[in-house]
Amino acid sequence: MIARIRVHLRDSRAVLLRLRVHSWLEPELDLTIYSLRRSFSLFCHSMKRYLPFVIVAAAALVALGSGAMLYRAKRPQLQAIPASNSVAGKSDSESMHIRGNPDAPVTLEEFADFQCPPCSSFAAFGEELLKEYDSRLRIVFRNFPLSAHEHAREAAIAAEAAGMQGHFWEMHDVLYREQEVWSKAPNARELFEWYAGTIGLNLDQFRKDMDSEKAKERVDSDHARGDSLGIKVTPTLFINDQPVEPQYKNPAGVRAAINAALEAKPKSGA
Amino acid sequence: MTIARFRTILYAGTAIVALAGLADATYLSVQAFTGETLSCGGSPDCFRVLGSSFSKVGGIPVALLGAVAYFSVFALATFAAFGYARARTLLIPIIGAMFLATLWFLYVQAFVLHAYCRYCLFSAAITFLLAGLVIAAPSSQQQ
Repeated sequence: MIARIRVHLRDSRAVLLRLRVHSWLEPELDLTIYSLRRSFSLFCHSMKRYLPFVIVAAAALVALGSGAMLYRAKRPQLQAIPASNSVAGKSDSESMHIRGNPDAPVTLEEFADFQCPPCSSFAAFGEELLKEYDSRLRIVFRNFPLSAHEHAREAAIAAEAAGMQGHFWEMHDVLYREQEVWSKAPNARELFEWYAGTIGLNLDQFRKDMDSEKAKERVDSDHARGDSLGIKVTPTLFINDQPVEPQYKNPAGVRAAINAALEAKPKSGA
Repeated sequence: MTIARFRTILYAGTAIVALAGLADATYLSVQAFTGETLSCGGSPDCFRVLGSSFSKVGGIPVALLGAVAYFSVFALATFAAFGYARARTLLIPIIGAMFLATLWFLYVQAFVLHAYCRYCLFSAAITFLLAGLVIAAPSSQQQ
């Protein structure tokens, strides 16, 4: 067997390597091996025109894909209030804070935080809704203080303490109206007591109720209810036990949901 | 370093910076679509800005428009880095429009809403950087 290796330089683009193998049958085997580096360079040159399109398309796919994944992760997973836990149609005013006609066919249950500015905006909107829908709508308030708000839980307890003297909604209104003041104050408790005085509460009783376990339990009970329904942000709204999706949490969306609930009610007036 | 190579590096850097802006705008767009901008518990300090009437244009979240703009800048800068002259020409008006919009939204935050959203400020910084990079890019006439 004779092996002959011939190196040919065939123009400036390639290095040619020939290997000839002769056996007793004398087959010839030519192997041509081009310079890998030069071949890759030729490949890149031909692909260069497509590369920016590939990069842009890949970036678009990554952006859309990550956006979709982020949306799925952040989308609120709200559950409808189960029938066993429903407040629609019930008027147990001892444990619920109801505004409007207690026997209204449509219940708007609101989970809110007194230190939350969007909740303050909704509170004003809620009053408009009650005037607009009159006896057809009632609003049920649930405490859902967020841990990110320093005085939110204390404000909720203050509202419950005021509620024990029958003045929950007055304190509710004052807290939202003065939100900018007490939310930044280091002495929020003193302000709450001052507000209690302005709405005619017995201050000694108010202080006692604020420190009582009953007020705290009411707040915690509302919060636990919200947790069980998957609530993470405020305000979160339910209309006749059905959650109002975030994209409809605006005046037009809420009105549409209330109107739909009214239409769904039997004509017999139940 | 030749001017052509410098230009390539500059536009490649522009594309990378635009990607950062795209990530920021995509995050804010998702927040807008999930309703977090109208709630507390999501972005506690940004709702004043992102939940305001200035956060939408014709019903479309500004963040989404920003994401489209950033992606356009990224695409054009990528093509410009590969030597497409027309892409360089289109970059300037787009970044110019983004710059003016940024100035407007900074004015709104400072003098109308009296509140700042950190994500919006980050986007503003990105836009200023993009404007600087495009200004620094040598023109086609320079060799």
